[in-house]
Amino acid sequence: MPEITLVDAVNMGLMHEMAADPDVVVLGEDIGLNGGVFRATDGLQKKFGHQRVLDTPLAESLIAGMSIGMAAEGLKPVAEIQFLGFVYSAIDQIINHAARLRNRTRGRLSCPMVLRVPFGGGIHAPEHHSESTEAIFAHIPGIRVVIPSSPLRAYGLLLSAIRDPDPVIFLEPKRIYRLVKQRVEDDGEALPLDVCFVLREGSDVTLVSWGAMIHETMMAAEQLQQAGVSAEVIDVATIKPLDINTILESVDKTGRCVIIHEAPRTCGVAAEIAAQLAEKGLLSLFAPIERVTGYDTIMPLFNLEQQYMPDVNSIMAAAKRTLEDT
Amino acid sequence: MNQTNKSPLQQTAPPLYQVNKPYVTASFEIKYHQIIDADGAVVGPIPDFARQPEQLIKLYQAMYLTRQFDHKAILLQRRGQLGTYASSLGQEAIGTAIGYTMQADDVLLPAYREYAAQFLRGVSMTEILLYWGGNEQGMNFQAQKHDFPINVPIASQTSHAVGVAYAMQLRQQARVAVCVLGDGATSKGDFYEAINAAGNWKLPVVFVINNNHWAISLPRQKQSHAKTLAQKAIAAGISGEQVDGNDVIAMQFRLDKALNKARNGHGPSVIEALSYRLGDHTTADDATRYRSKDELEQNWKYEPLSRLHHYLTNMGYWSKHHDQQLEKNTQHLVESAVQEYLNTPAQAPESMFDYLYQSLPESLQEQRQSVIQRHQGHA
Repeated sequence: MPEITLVDAVNMGLMHEMAADPDVVVLGEDIGLNGGVFRATDGLQKKFGHQRVLDTPLAESLIAGMSIGMAAEGLKPVAEIQFLGFVYSAIDQIINHAARLRNRTRGRLSCPMVLRVPFGGGIHAPEHHSESTEAIFAHIPGIRVVIPSSPLRAYGLLLSAIRDPDPVIFLEPKRIYRLVKQRVEDDGEALPLDVCFVLREGSDVTLVSWGAMIHETMMAAEQLQQAGVSAEVIDVATIKPLDINTILESVDKTGRCVIIHEAPRTCGVAAEIAAQLAEKGLLSLFAPIERVTGYDTIMPLFNLEQQYMPDVNSIMAAAKRTLEDT
Repeated sequence: MNQTNKSPLQQTAPPLYQVNKPYVTASFEIKYHQIIDADGAVVGPIPDFARQPEQLIKLYQAMYLTRQFDHKAILLQRRGQLGTYASSLGQEAIGTAIGYTMQADDVLLPAYREYAAQFLRGVSMTEILLYWGGNEQGMNFQAQKHDFPINVPIASQTSHAVGVAYAMQLRQQARVAVCVLGDGATSKGDFYEAINAAGNWKLPVVFVINNNHWAISLPRQKQSHAKTLAQKAIAAGISGEQVDGNDVIAMQFRLDKALNKARNGHGPSVIEALSYRLGDHTTADDATRYRSKDELEQNWKYEPLSRLHHYLTNMGYWSKHHDQQLEKNTQHLVESAVQEYLNTPAQAPESMFDYLYQSLPESLQEQRQSVIQRHQGHA
C-alpha cells in the first residue's frame, strides 16, 4: 500500500464512492479533463464519463443551487468550489436552501450534498485565495462543516460526508494537500462525523485545533514534550455540530486549554469552544483559556501571510502561559 | 462536420479573424402569442384541447377556485388569522395553465404566486394556509412528493430547476422541471446562471416568467431596458417567447409545446407570461403608495377570468346557472379548507429540532430538551 497525500486521499475517496454508488455525481469548475485546479478530481471524468463528472460554467451560485436540485431528486452531488474566497456568491443557496430544505418541507425533501472547498493560507496564492472563514458556516443550522487534517481523515471523513443524508461543507486545508503522506487503505471504511479525534494523549495542557493548523499544533506538542510538558492534541474535524464532550473530558484531565485556528479571532470557532468550556468546564480550569488565532485583519497578500498565521512558537508560548503560576 | 466523436482537445477552433468587414453574426425576434383577447374574442387559432368544453370549464373552475381562495386568505390575514400572504390576484391563468399542462411526475419549482398550479398538482388549500399561517407542515405536501416548496428568496429556485432537470436527463427520464419566477427575478444573476446552464446542457426545463409588471414598487419599465424579458433567453442560446399570461388557452397551448419539446430532449425554453398584479405585493404592502388608481382600473379590463367567462358564454358552454353552482361548490371547498387550517394545532416546540438533520446530532439534544422543559413550564 503506497503512501499518499491528502489531495490523493480526496481523489481516492471520490473514486471509491463514485464506483460504489451510481447516484454520486461530481461537478464544479475545471474538474473534468483538467482534474480540478488542485487535481483532486483527476481521472474521474475519464473513468465515470462527462455526465457524472460535470464541468460547469463559471457560476458558483449555480453550482450550489443545482446541487440542491440534484440532491432533492435523489442524486448525491459532490460539488467543488475552487477556493473558499469564491463561495460567497453561493452563500444564499447554502444558507437559504441547502441548510433548510429538510426542515422547511418537514422531511419531504432533503439535501444530501457535499460542497468541497479548498481553504486557508500558506501557499503564496493570489488575493481572495487564502482566507479561513469556516466560522460563517459553523453558525448555520442544518449543515455540517467538516475539515480533515490528514490523508487518513480526508479519505474517511469524505466517505462519511458523501454518505451523509444532509448537506456537508467539506473544507480542505490546501496548505497540507501535499505536505505529508500516509498509508491509506482504499477499503471504503468511513470515519465518524460529529466527533473530535484525540491525536495525542497528554496530561498538562489540551491543544485544540483543526485543518492545516493541526500540523503546527502537533509540532508544538512535540517541542513541549522536550520541555517536559505533556500536551494532549485534539483535532475537532467536525466543527459543526461540535463535539464539546471530547474537549471537556480532556480539559477535565489537563485543566488547561489552548485553541488554535488560522481564522480571525473575533467570533472564530475558538470563541464558541471557549464559551462552552466556560459554561460546562470552568471548575476544571487551572488557567484562563488561551486562543492562538489569525488577527482580526484582512488576510494579507502573501508577502505577509507567514506573519499573519499562527506558528509553532505562538502555540508554545500560549501553552506555557497556561502553565505559569499553576 | 460531425465533431461529437472528437475529444475537446482534438477540436480545432474556428478561425476568428478571417472576415474583415462587419456582418451580422446573430439576430433574433420575439413572438407574442394570444388566442382569446380581453373581450373573449378569438384572435388566434383555437387549439384542439380548447374545442372541448369540459376542458375549458376545468380551466375556468381552477382559476375561479384560486381567486376565491385568494380572497379568503386576504380576509383571514386582515382578521389576524393568517400571517403575511402573497396574493395571486389577476395572475390565476398562469398557474392554472401550468398545473393543467404538467404531468404528475414532472417537478414544479414555484416562486410564491403559483397556488393554481399547486392545487391542480395535489397541494391542498389547507397546506398553503398552514404555510402562510406560520406552520412548516404546509410545505410537507401530502399528495405531492417531488414538487419544490414555495420559494421566497428571489430567483434562487432557477438553479434548483437546473439540478432537477439535470437529474432527469442523467437518468434518461421523460420528465420536465417547470420553474416559475417573477419579472423582478429576471434582474438577478441566478436567473442568468440558470438559463445559461440549462441551454448549455439542453436540459428538460421550462422557465415561466410571471411578468406581473411590478417587483414590489419597481415597475417593469424601470427594471430593465430590454424590450421583452423573453429575449433574455436568447443570450443563453435558448428559445424565448411572450404569451398573454391572462389568456389561459394561449398559455396552455404554448406551455404544452415547451413541455413536449423539453420532454423529447430538445431542450429548455423561457416563456414570458404577460400579466398584471391586481393586488398588493403581499398583505404587508400598500400599492397605493406607488401605483395610480387609473393604472389599476385599466388593468382590471384584461384580467383572465372574465375573458374566459365571456368566451364560454359566447360559445354557449356556460350559463348563469353554472355560475351559481360553481360559486356554491367553491365556497364549500374553501370554507372546509379554512376550517381544517384553523383546527390544525401548532407543532410541538421541539419540532424545530426534529427536521434539521435526518437524525439530531448529540450536541443538540440538550437544546431540544430545554425547549421541551421551557414549554412545559409555560403550559
